[in-house]
Amino acid sequence: MPNLLAEGGRQLLLGNEAITRGLIEAGTGFASTYPGTPSSEVGNILEKISSDAGMYFEFSTNEKVAMEVSAAAASSGVRSFVFMKHVGLNVAADPMMTLAYAGIRGGMLIMSADDPSCHSSQNEQDNRYYSTLALIPMMEPSTPQEAKDMVKEAYRVSEELSLPLLFRTTTRVNHARGVVDLGNKAEPKTVGHFDKDVARFVNIPAYAKQNRVRLLDLYGKAQELSEASPLNYIEGSGDIGIITSGVSYTYVREFVKGVSVLKLGFTNPLPEKKIADFVKGKKFVIVVEELEPFVEDQVLRICAQNSLNVPVYGKRSGHLPRQWEFSPDTLKGINELVEVESFKEPMKKVTVELPSRPPTLCAGCPHRGMFAAAKKAAGTSDVIYCSDIGCYTLGVQPPFKAADFIICMGGGAGAAGGFAQSTDQKAIAFMGDSTFFHAGIPPMINALFNNHKVVIVVLDNRTTAMTGHQPNPGTGRDFGGVSTEAIDIKKLVEGVGVKFVEEINPYDVKAATKVMKDALEFDGVAVVISKCPCPLELKKQKQLVIRKVVVDQEKCVKCYNCVRTIACPALFKGKDGQITTDPTQCIGCGMCANVCPTKSIEVKQ
Amino acid sequence: MRYTVQIVGVGGQGVLLASMVLGNAAMDMGYKVAMSEVHGMAQRGGSVLSTLRFGDDVISPLEANGSADLIMGFEPAETCRNLPLGNKDTIVLMNLDPVLPSMVAAGFEEYPDVDKLKQAVLEQNSNLYTLDATKIAIDAGKAVAANAVMIGAVAAMRGFPIPKETLLKSLMEQVPEKFRDLNVKAFEMGYSAMS
Repeated sequence: MPNLLAEGGRQLLLGNEAITRGLIEAGTGFASTYPGTPSSEVGNILEKISSDAGMYFEFSTNEKVAMEVSAAAASSGVRSFVFMKHVGLNVAADPMMTLAYAGIRGGMLIMSADDPSCHSSQNEQDNRYYSTLALIPMMEPSTPQEAKDMVKEAYRVSEELSLPLLFRTTTRVNHARGVVDLGNKAEPKTVGHFDKDVARFVNIPAYAKQNRVRLLDLYGKAQELSEASPLNYIEGSGDIGIITSGVSYTYVREFVKGVSVLKLGFTNPLPEKKIADFVKGKKFVIVVEELEPFVEDQVLRICAQNSLNVPVYGKRSGHLPRQWEFSPDTLKGINELVEVESFKEPMKKVTVELPSRPPTLCAGCPHRGMFAAAKKAAGTSDVIYCSDIGCYTLGVQPPFKAADFIICMGGGAGAAGGFAQSTDQKAIAFMGDSTFFHAGIPPMINALFNNHKVVIVVLDNRTTAMTGHQPNPGTGRDFGGVSTEAIDIKKLVEGVGVKFVEEINPYDVKAATKVMKDALEFDGVAVVISKCPCPLELKKQKQLVIRKVVVDQEKCVKCYNCVRTIACPALFKGKDGQITTDPTQCIGCGMCANVCPTKSIEVKQ
Repeated sequence: MRYTVQIVGVGGQGVLLASMVLGNAAMDMGYKVAMSEVHGMAQRGGSVLSTLRFGDDVISPLEANGSADLIMGFEPAETCRNLPLGNKDTIVLMNLDPVLPSMVAAGFEEYPDVDKLKQAVLEQNSNLYTLDATKIAIDAGKAVAANAVMIGAVAAMRGFPIPKETLLKSLMEQVPEKFRDLNVKAFEMGYSAMS
């Protein structure tokens, strides 16, 4: 494993590891996040090393709160870092927009880890627009080394402008790995003092009006800093120009020959004069960037303002796509314009039919039992399964098909209320424990307040599983020298006045089915808490007790109820039709035994 | 010099560790290294791909389709699924021990005959090297050491630019001390199986 607290030297680092090292070299004193891929590793590392690094770090309940705690730290003169995946910034956008009006004192970086191609996301929105919307400076690294180095420069700029800075990455920067030369560590300042300044930090209309003007002034100053920034530089020469940023730069740099490249690292505000000078005299210019034509449209505008009659190619000209992440292959789109390295002829897809291998719920995953119970209880009735963001999103797959509507964190429960009100269908909302605390409580209260008849199932697996097992308010925290107690979901739900609250063990599918039937019949808001720790987390904690499962082939009537309802990857239906278990995968949870009508499956103690 | 390895397999097989071992070995050789990994949702039993590029002047973490010098296939169906990452001259190293996808396990889909998968590669490529990495790892002591078997096999591949000793040293640095002997044994067995 890399040692991010090393005194120097050279290591092979993941982009997220390099960024974390950058924080240590910049003397960051405060960091906060809500976990989300592709940003998650930063939090997982800080959970382990923040106290040794002398930094305060927390997993906040959601991105909005993460933004607010980091904003307060930076307003008190402590360098802060708040980080999240791209859609997390939607949640945190509200505080960010007005934070720009107030500004900060210690540097503050907001890392938005975007996910072109939706590797692990529900959309591929381009968060660069948030920098123009909020009028805050933005930087974008291309490689792990540059990401580490850029952190320090980003803090310098943030402090010079007294504005938070959007540090925008993408999956192929966060999850790229490269050789990184480490610099010196800095002593972090973790305690500051908040000097009151009502005109800045209290944006009532009278002050907000003035701060809007102040912000526009600062934006002008940011423009000058961008113009002079060493992060925006030209490589190579020739009468064909390419303007590029982020990971796209690495593709251009390695595979396009004979062009002059303007590499942009400080991408909002853009260095307009530098761009105009670069474009002037070129035969044509190509803008190579992932997702939206963010730079391209501004280059077109800059050309118009400077009366430059130079063709600008890219997305608007149809040479490059707006959808999905780029790769070296994407450059084929511009090989009629420039010399792109010729790639070898790929082998063809094989003609043998290959089995599908989508990501799937793990062997012994308690969500399997809860989905099986919900489906069984619903029977043939018309139910809309509103799901959410987490491992249980995978419940969309057969045989469960327990996801009909997914939009965002906490969105399932909100939508369930709407469906219950606007259709004759029943609505069941699934959400995880971490999601419950993140954005699940307001829609639950909304259903209660407005009398929506919904069933909310909290899949409480005692961790934030999908993003790599982070603690959440339901587990309490125990790292970085801070210990807190777990918040009891059942008590919280009862406390707001929900009349039907049941806690069940999803491994007992039959009992869970009965509870789900009652919940579906309940005239009001019913909350079912499926409480069972994630086996992967137990394994990590060395607390997983594995039991042996045997199938009695004499008793088995080959009804296949086990594979059809639980569909556990540790259950095998052989070519001879016999059901067996795979001892390398099976944890002995007993869900299959629970649904077996002939008691042919036995869990040995 | 520029060399690309595409490592393909199934979440949980140790693809990431293998890429770290190869990547660190390349760094020790003084090469520039650019890699790309899959994290997050895909790890839940799904197909996994890790790209490793190294050489005198590499910076792109992704490679063009067809341009792999070596496809390191941890699983037969995944090797075949990712064949377009290479070309007819690419060296294809394939573990013949399948990992059955859940839909196959539950009897809803079929897993093709492994010989047919081998044949499918040979139709387009004559540089196919196969081994039973998982079985060899079990002989070495534990199935999880299959990735060490695969790395040992890579060390024996014709034209692979990193010497055996450098790979072995990197492997020993990457695995926990208590599993070092097992991994070294598995590595050597993988190497012997290919030479």
